Amino acid sequence: MIDLNEGKAAFLNDFERQEAFLSRFGSKGLHDLRRSALSRFEELGFPSPSEEEWRFTPLGPLTKIPFQLSPNGISQRESEVAERLQPMGIAPPDAVLLLNGRCARPLNSAGLPENACVQPLLLALSEKQEFVERHLGRYASFETHPFTALNTAFIGDGAFVYIPKNTTVTKPIFLVYWSQSSGEPTVTHPRTLIVAEESSQATIVEVFLGRPNDVYLTNAVAEVVCGPNASIDYYKIQDESKEAFHVHTLQVQQSRDSTFSSHAFAFGSVLARNEINSVLDDEGCSCTLNGLYFASGHQLIDNHTRIEHARPHCSSHELYKGILDGHGHGVFNGRIHVHPNAQKTDAKQTNMTLLLSDDAVIHSQPQLEIFADDVKCTHGATIGQLDADALFYLRTRGIGKEEARSLLTYAFANDIIQRVRVDLVRRQLEALFLHRHQPTGGRTT
Amino acid sequence: MLTIFNLHAKVEDKPILNGVSLKVKAGEVHAIMGPNGSGKSTLAGVLAGRDIYEVTEGDVLYNGKNLLEMEPEERAREGVFLAFQYPVEIPGVSNTYFLKAALNAIRKHRGEPELDAMEFLELVREKMKLLRMDEELLKRPVNEGFSGGEKKRNEIFQMAVLEPKLAILDETDSGLDIDALKIVADGVNSLRDPNRAMLVITHYQRLLNFIVPDKVHVLAGGRIVKSGGKELALKLEKEGYGWIENGHQ
Ligand SMILES: Nc1ncnc2c1ncn2[C@@H]1O[C@H](COP(=O)(O)OP(=O)(O)OP(=O)(O)O)[C@@H](O)[C@H]1O
Ligand SMILES: [Mg+2]
Repeated sequence: MIDLNEGKAAFLNDFERQEAFLSRFGSKGLHDLRRSALSRFEELGFPSPSEEEWRFTPLGPLTKIPFQLSPNGISQRESEVAERLQPMGIAPPDAVLLLNGRCARPLNSAGLPENACVQPLLLALSEKQEFVERHLGRYASFETHPFTALNTAFIGDGAFVYIPKNTTVTKPIFLVYWSQSSGEPTVTHPRTLIVAEESSQATIVEVFLGRPNDVYLTNAVAEVVCGPNASIDYYKIQDESKEAFHVHTLQVQQSRDSTFSSHAFAFGSVLARNEINSVLDDEGCSCTLNGLYFASGHQLIDNHTRIEHARPHCSSHELYKGILDGHGHGVFNGRIHVHPNAQKTDAKQTNMTLLLSDDAVIHSQPQLEIFADDVKCTHGATIGQLDADALFYLRTRGIGKEEARSLLTYAFANDIIQRVRVDLVRRQLEALFLHRHQPTGGRTT
Repeated sequence: MLTIFNLHAKVEDKPILNGVSLKVKAGEVHAIMGPNGSGKSTLAGVLAGRDIYEVTEGDVLYNGKNLLEMEPEERAREGVFLAFQYPVEIPGVSNTYFLKAALNAIRKHRGEPELDAMEFLELVREKMKLLRMDEELLKRPVNEGFSGGEKKRNEIFQMAVLEPKLAILDETDSGLDIDALKIVADGVNSLRDPNRAMLVITHYQRLLNFIVPDKVHVLAGGRIVKSGGKELALKLEKEGYGWIENGHQ
């Protein structure tokens, strides 16, 4: 029997070293939560491939690398980060910027409506402890999830966003997480809490980046609380180092008549596990999950989504598209759970995959669990290759083979990109697809 | 300009072209007629470089070069253009983006500077007038949701923008009503040029009233079984293909 948990000890040691520091932030209650999360992690250990939820996502290397926190963050020349952010129209002062898990500086809050708040989580835990703790850790359960348990044990820095009742924040809110390892593999457990009160509106963009080719683990959890009639447009752009590991859980709690949309883009990391759990907890909720990912080389990108239709008259729309090249692996597992009283649910799920090489593999599993009878639920999955007729057509007009392939790849991805309402982010995604994600066919890079 | 000699081609081991020979000079328009399934589109596809067809024998010379050795995009850049019998829909790629990429690839090959967005738009507007196309079609994805007639018009519009030397029109007239046919034919005629040759594949003599060919060929059973002047088309229209000896093998 292979011991999958060799790397566990490193995390436990980390906790011991950090505990005194962490305990300074938040109440005793919060620290008890950290401790019980840690012991839960110790009990669970890392998931093995024999567990259904992790069947297609072997963690092997992740569990063997002794990742370590870099206790004081890093002193990073911001220019390297700024350069990567610039095409998206993000200037570091306008974002909550975390370098190796520590907030480098608070955001310039000019332009934010009064009473709205965007700040590093550590600061929020000092200034608004009671309010923050009313929500923090209440939604993302760690009972069965070792990574969420680990993240919860290390609740410290991250980002806190608060949009008060009836408030609209027009400018997108950028939360940026940058990692690098400088030799020794590092780990961060960033935690994000977003609380949107009744009838508020905001756009939130989480960006995960790292120094190219560095080895590190990002183990992030974000909790989003949508108050009644609130509307949150959430974006996640994951462009980590190609050697990095990325585990992310987005936990969404929706109240009556709230609207939540997620647009998740994943290109980076050697292994990524993205989970979205959305609980439609009252009538009239609408939830949209759009996803686009690109895996080439030996990348594995795993998307697990769970939509809990707990109450009647809610709708959910989900469209995930994957592009797989080289030896890229994709996993899509989409569960829609319609509870017995959730009549008039309208749920639609679509998963489309474009395979650019013979060695690419996709595991696509829709899971519809419907316990109400008056509902409309559909799902569909397609797996295809570039259309040979279209390719030939483009070439007969003088467009070279490689350009034609990338144009068709872009065309496949385009409808997801066009749903991005943050102009510069959308343009950057267009450019990424037209120029960087050139298909390599059977070749791996 | 174009010399096809004893061309044999097969698809999935099924022989389709069985020795086609044909010479087209610059400035000429040749019509190719023939029964369904006789290999007309196959011939067009082989000339454009479609890889599902395997050439087993014969040669094709285009302006002195071995056409069969060139990639489809090289042929296009050298001036070969195929108007498809069934134009392909490409969701997600706008007509404008597509055509600009095509034109600039060809211009680059010719050593001409690439056009910027403004210059391109100006050119395209002028050509749209020629084919009386709605500018709105430019913003739409390539051929997606176009009616049959709009697709065919879009093919000739592309030809007008790309200005090929050898244009192969595969049933560009099929499915067009008489107004659309006139517009397309006018477009084609305006592109007739002493330096440009055209191969016009059609089932209907009607088109040849508008686009008057220099020569008419009948393709049957994978080879050219009869060639003549424009009056041959009239005779075919009246009498069908049955009278031609060795029509079907
Ligand atoms: N991809 C293919 N696979 C199998 N058979 C094919 C393929 N393409 C063409 N054929 C066959 O080759 C023969 C010639 O087809 P082609 O399309 O060249 O005819 P055509 O003369 O253009 O006919 P039409 O007038 O109907 O357009 C037909 O019997 C057709 O079924
Ligand atoms: Mg045909």
